[in-house]
Amino acid sequence: MAVMPMKQVLICGMQQDQSAVLADLQQQGVLEIRSLKQEEGGVFFQKDTAKNREEAGQTALLAEQALAVLDQYVPEKKELLSFFEGRIILSPAEYEAKAAHRQEIQSVAEQILSLSKQIGVLEGEIPKLEQDLMALAPWEKLDLPLDAPGTKHTVFLFGSVPRAVTAQDLMRLLTEQSEAEVDVGIVSSSKEQTCFWICCFKEKKQEVEAVLQQEGLIKAPELTGIPAKKREELSLKLKEKKEAIAALTEEIRCLGSVRADLQFLQDASQMAKERANAQQEMLQSQNVFLLSGYLTAKEAPMIQAELEKRFDVFVELNDPAPGEDVPVVLENHPLVAPVEGIVESYSLPGPGERDPSAVMAPFYYILFGLMLSDAAYGLIMSTACGICLKKFPHMEQGTKKFLQMFFWCGISTIFWGLMFGSFFGDAVNVIATTFFHRPDIRLAPLWFEPVSLPMKMLVFSFVLGIIHLFTGLGMKLYECIRSGHVADGIYDAVFWYLLVGGAILYLLTMSMFTNMLNLGFTLSGVAVYLSAAMVLVGFVGIVLTSGRESKNWGKRLLKGLYGAYGITSYLSDILSYSRLLALGLATSVISTVFNQMGSMLGDTLPGVILFILVFVIGHALNLAINAMGAYVHTNRLQFVEFFGKFYEGGGRKFSPFGIHTKYFNVKEETK
Amino acid sequence: MEILSNMGVVIALLGAVLAALVAGIGSAIGVGMTGEAAAGLVSEDPAQFSKVLVLQLLPGTQGIYGLLIGFITLTQIGIMGGSADISLVKGVLYFVACLPMALVGYKSAIRQARASVASIGLVAKRPDQFGKAMIFPAMVETYAILALLISILAIFGINSLAI
Repeated sequence: MAVMPMKQVLICGMQQDQSAVLADLQQQGVLEIRSLKQEEGGVFFQKDTAKNREEAGQTALLAEQALAVLDQYVPEKKELLSFFEGRIILSPAEYEAKAAHRQEIQSVAEQILSLSKQIGVLEGEIPKLEQDLMALAPWEKLDLPLDAPGTKHTVFLFGSVPRAVTAQDLMRLLTEQSEAEVDVGIVSSSKEQTCFWICCFKEKKQEVEAVLQQEGLIKAPELTGIPAKKREELSLKLKEKKEAIAALTEEIRCLGSVRADLQFLQDASQMAKERANAQQEMLQSQNVFLLSGYLTAKEAPMIQAELEKRFDVFVELNDPAPGEDVPVVLENHPLVAPVEGIVESYSLPGPGERDPSAVMAPFYYILFGLMLSDAAYGLIMSTACGICLKKFPHMEQGTKKFLQMFFWCGISTIFWGLMFGSFFGDAVNVIATTFFHRPDIRLAPLWFEPVSLPMKMLVFSFVLGIIHLFTGLGMKLYECIRSGHVADGIYDAVFWYLLVGGAILYLLTMSMFTNMLNLGFTLSGVAVYLSAAMVLVGFVGIVLTSGRESKNWGKRLLKGLYGAYGITSYLSDILSYSRLLALGLATSVISTVFNQMGSMLGDTLPGVILFILVFVIGHALNLAINAMGAYVHTNRLQFVEFFGKFYEGGGRKFSPFGIHTKYFNVKEETK
Repeated sequence: MEILSNMGVVIALLGAVLAALVAGIGSAIGVGMTGEAAAGLVSEDPAQFSKVLVLQLLPGTQGIYGLLIGFITLTQIGIMGGSADISLVKGVLYFVACLPMALVGYKSAIRQARASVASIGLVAKRPDQFGKAMIFPAMVETYAILALLISILAIFGINSLAI
């Protein structure tokens, strides 16, 4: 039950056993390592494992990168529900067998990376080639090399202007604007650009260029040789590179089968890194190592016996000192354990606090069921979760608990759905009326239909809310009594019971209130005085005590009055449970909408098709949205209304030294 | 006078439509805002998809509540079948009953979306704190639920009034 008691453990062994002991502890994953401080001038010292950690980290990174390359070139086919499969289990023997090949795997990983690097280099060269090819295309007809040197007195100028011009145009332009004597030829011309060559005297070159510059001269690409030949050469190069890339890709593809090995390498390196991390926290001497940590009191004697039997070690178990930062492990009944995740996502119990899971679990299931409240939806949820749980037994713990929680929430949803007569909303009645002309067939609620009696449902929600809140308050009272602060329990819990309980009783004596809620009864007589007395005692008690940390009476009373003002928060807490009605109605009314929409075309063939379509899509949507709403708002009611009354949290999660890998888990087969 | 007494169903329908319309607009804006933030996070860390999807959808509920109120009103005033004989007073009553859902739904969807966007930022930095991140936007939703409740109770109540 609840928070597991922990033991502090000290393991003292011989150096030659160290790695075996560590490997064994890692496989069991039951011990959280506690850092040991090195004493000045003592025999023991802390080993610096930074180098090992770095090496292991680099190997893990190498494997991860090689895997990424494989994923890119040989994508893995994943099954739809593969997320639930969890890690593959290896027995220690299998692990050893695989680990023997580590060097080979590592060299394969390096090979893959080098292949991918080569591809990268080749791919990087392609754009330049393609660019040159493009740039040369308009020059293809030129039968001179682009770097033609000219003659003794003349030079060639190759260039283009961004519009269509003729040789005459250019000639005229150049003779008009300069004194150069030129010869001009057009290589290619289009609307966008005209490529040309110009031959002129060496000393006039600058002048000619200056004139053309104003026309938007773009010089020909700086390449050697005759363009057509150059282009051929470049295309050949491009083809070669592309073929080389294809060959390298094929080579990587052939290595696709080593994926599992790479995954193993990544995991094995990760484990080595974890071991090195653990070593960092230990103390060593020439011949002896010391390891300290926490484990659960339940497992402690077994592990102690096991270790002492298998290795030459001394194991000492101690109770943790008060005030020590002990990690928290929760253990609960299988019905309660699924909600541990919810408690954890709020905060684990702080030092000395009790685990609220057991009290919370029944409320969690009930509230969730009330909000979703449709038997069919519950059935779908429970079946889906049940199948997943059955089919994937190696699922990770967290996922497993989550699914188990929804399984039980689904059961509760079925229960409330039957109570309120909702199965896909009013689908039974709609189908019977539309397709079988039997409007008399309907799924009768076992209790009542919230849609037709919303007030009754509202009152039920409030009653449930009051029970929930008072349970929370009861937890606080229990906690106070258990820790010996009985007075605090009376001040902070009993007085509130009196004030809130009395106030509710008093409201029940007012006919205006009972009529409004359609209760059908009004308390009278002694109840009036009783409730008034309760309110009075509670109120006075709270005013006198809730400011009790102040010594000054004036201050204390003012603080007390402010404390009593907290009654408004109880009011809003109770009203907050009206979401049970609202969300329940939302589910059933929206399913009714879809059923009605589906049955619009009546009892015809298109009508049947329309009905099936609308039914499937509509209800899938409604289930998804309302299940999410129910989850979020159940959490809210637990976190804010319920935990707010007594629970603080602040505990640290137990994180044992173990195997925190991605793909494989090493475990003794449990049969 | 003839026209005026026939106006009941028109005004009631106006309320029904307004609830779906205004709350729906609010949710559309809200889910759009959160969707942008969620897409941003998923581009960095695809593993957070399922978590941010929940956060994205949180401001979507107001639109559904609006639809719900709209639909209940439609059935009550006989537009979905039955007689649409609604007195003017009743029509106005239905209209007024739809207002909480329409207005609170609109504003709370947008405000909830802003809280959701902030929570998506929280999940981006600390994915383990999802449980808490979810609660902040859910707090805003409370007021949409309260508005839904009042609208529902009012609409069911009007039906049994003999006006």
